[in-house]
Amino acid sequence: MSKDIKIKKGLNIELIGEAEKTIENAIISNSYTIRPEDFHSIIPKLVAKEGTHVKAGETLFYNKDNENMKFVSPVSGEIAEVLRGPRRRIDAIKIIADKAQTFLDHGTFDLNSDAEKTKAHLLASGCWAFIKQRPYDVIAKADVMPKAIFISGYASAPLAADLDFTLAGKEAELQAAVTALSKLTEGSVHVSVGDQSKSPLANLQNATTHKVSGPHPSGNVGTLINKVSPVNKGETVWTVNAQDLVIIGELLLTGKFNAERIIALAGSSVQKPRYFKTKLGAEIATMVYDNGVERDSNARFISGNVLSGKQIQPDGHLDYYSNVITVIPEGDDYEFFGWNKPIFNKISTSRALTFSWLTPKKKFDLNTNTNGEHRAFVTTGTYEEVFPLDIYPMQILKACMYKDLDEMEALGMYEVAPEDFALTEFVCVSKQPHQKIIREGLDLMLKEIG
Amino acid sequence: MGLKSNLHNFKEKNKDKKWLPGFNALFTFLYMPNETTHNGTHIKAADDLKRTMNTVIMALVPCLIFGMFNAGYQHYLAQGLIESANGFLGASFWTLDNLVVGLWKVLPLVIVSYGVGLAVEFVFAIIKGHEVEEGYLVTGMLVPLIVPIDIPLWMLSVAVIFGVIIGKEVFGGTGMNILNPALTIRAFLFFAYPTWMSGDKVWIHGAVERDQMIAAGQNVDAISGETILGTLAQGKEVAYSVWDMFYGIIPGSVGETSTLLILVGALFLIFAKIGSWRIMLSSVVGALVMGLIFNGLVSAEVITEGSKFYGLMSTEFWHHLLIGGFAFGTVFMATDPVTASQTNKGKWVYGFLIGFLSIMIRVFNPAYPEGVMLAILLMNVFAPTIDHYVVQGNVKKRMKRLKAKTA
Repeated sequence: MSKDIKIKKGLNIELIGEAEKTIENAIISNSYTIRPEDFHSIIPKLVAKEGTHVKAGETLFYNKDNENMKFVSPVSGEIAEVLRGPRRRIDAIKIIADKAQTFLDHGTFDLNSDAEKTKAHLLASGCWAFIKQRPYDVIAKADVMPKAIFISGYASAPLAADLDFTLAGKEAELQAAVTALSKLTEGSVHVSVGDQSKSPLANLQNATTHKVSGPHPSGNVGTLINKVSPVNKGETVWTVNAQDLVIIGELLLTGKFNAERIIALAGSSVQKPRYFKTKLGAEIATMVYDNGVERDSNARFISGNVLSGKQIQPDGHLDYYSNVITVIPEGDDYEFFGWNKPIFNKISTSRALTFSWLTPKKKFDLNTNTNGEHRAFVTTGTYEEVFPLDIYPMQILKACMYKDLDEMEALGMYEVAPEDFALTEFVCVSKQPHQKIIREGLDLMLKEIG
Repeated sequence: MGLKSNLHNFKEKNKDKKWLPGFNALFTFLYMPNETTHNGTHIKAADDLKRTMNTVIMALVPCLIFGMFNAGYQHYLAQGLIESANGFLGASFWTLDNLVVGLWKVLPLVIVSYGVGLAVEFVFAIIKGHEVEEGYLVTGMLVPLIVPIDIPLWMLSVAVIFGVIIGKEVFGGTGMNILNPALTIRAFLFFAYPTWMSGDKVWIHGAVERDQMIAAGQNVDAISGETILGTLAQGKEVAYSVWDMFYGIIPGSVGETSTLLILVGALFLIFAKIGSWRIMLSSVVGALVMGLIFNGLVSAEVITEGSKFYGLMSTEFWHHLLIGGFAFGTVFMATDPVTASQTNKGKWVYGFLIGFLSIMIRVFNPAYPEGVMLAILLMNVFAPTIDHYVVQGNVKKRMKRLKAKTA
């Protein structure tokens, strides 16, 4: 019962610096960093103290609310440093990698096991971190049965890594992971693939495949959920990134937590954008400088895509979920009469002396300038043009700002994640931080309602 | 480089000064700021509020220029000094003499409107410590276009101060107001100084002055120029052709007479995706429907020639689009995104009711026959209610889905 999904509202942001489809092995990173802030809302309890030696797949910390939920090391090595912030909050755990990698053996897993066993195995092996839930867009609670699990196999975000390319040849791992996940839900596992693609995800057993087409955010998992089975009050759905299925699958098949991942290095500041084989938490310096970004250039490094990724420093690390590093120029300069002169080199959804509508295929070189100052909401109807969900975007944003929990619930807050509001934030004339507003709204609901 | 870095250094040096928003307003006028994104989207689309507002101003410029020529033209025509212009490109219309009168009378209105309004905005920005917002850029241009040409400048100043403070700043500034600020200003003038806002003396430059000369015993001819609405409300024959009305070579407020140029502005705004075509279209439909109803009443002889409503009710329904401030209000005032309905469905209802009520007020209120201002202000107040019901539709759908699941 596959259902094709076609959306019209949205916007493809065409940028310079798409990664060329060649894979290089990244220089092996000396140090790896895991940041608990990647796992939003989890309070970590540290297991691996400074100076101890861990194997790849060995527990670093667990969830304070659920001791069974482990978070594991991507590599074997020595815990060099635990950086702490205010009130001794753990900011980062830095691991110096061994020359020869050793893995903790979690044991091969019988894919026919029941839900309880599957769950326990995923929790203990660190793979639970890859399973997120809606409402609230946080790591899934282990004690609920979700009504369905959603996986997007179609990346429509600007300069996203092409999943057809990065997942090629991983059919066995993907299938193993999907089979295991299908045990955990009362409904089915919904997988979306691009309607033209030859995705390794297209013909999986134990899953419902949807072909999606249309502009971004057609590939967002939030769009898939909204079109297939929106989250009602009291319901839960889970989401998993397609690239993380590979790690889950390999763990189930071999018992090894192999944090290896193919990522794209993209963006207009990169000389030769291309793909790399690296590991979660690796230093990005191992990839970005060789044939990439000039040292000391005024560039923005992003772990993730330009719409919802995290800003990192040039000596920073790949975060736990991303499969793309984007580098674009900073825009910290003034522009003479920038607000009224005709604009050809920036993207706009209006035609107010902005001419990107003339060249829909042109690839743009955008920088990080906000192109204007922060203001109250003024224009209306602009968000709806790029927002395919059956939700009133401006109204829900305002409800979050004035913290009316009843109204947030009524307007559909259980269905959304911050990334669903990335495009409305991009086009916002008033330059409001939509994703931050939604994240804070979700956190408030999580705290008050749970 | 020099100017830019000097201004930048000046800004950095005075970071904690209270008056900095005032400086920033001027600085950002010259240079788009160097602000960058933080987390969230790392790139942003090109449009900002300044560009949006600037687009509306560009759409208003043809009306402003036409208004200047028309001011001089009506002035000389009423004195019998020139021939009446035959058509839009008529030789006696686009003359330097006409323009000089227009510049002399209209530019002070523009300068006072912007000067006073922006001064209030600057003061509030500094008091409240936020940046100067762009909302008044459009309001300041609208105001001189919707007042009678001879309005005393002090009245305009008082009205602008009232409108900006009560119409906008008390609610929290641009984006927060309930009533359209430009119309608040006009409504204030309308009710505070009615003799300067209606009648047959105020629409043509020099008419009032001439009256005073006559009263002082000088031997000159009185000049008068009634708007078409005024004429119709009194049940008199209209002396202008439909084309005159369409081109706008008729007496009226400074910039609202030319339906042709308003149409040009409307098309530009719709093309630029700044003005809401939904509101404009539904408002026109609403006006036509109301006009047809009145025409129907007349042809069914419910209203006969003796009735005081006969003049306006028997006006052909589509003429209502051409006369008075209807076209200007629909295109430039009703579409103000802050005070209009914010949902796309709501915009249809909102626009339709504006058109419908405009014509109704116009017909039933012969003392002040201009209905569009009051209709828009009224619907401004009801816009949140309309939106509420539209959004409730979405909420109900969600509840229904939940019920279907749990049942």
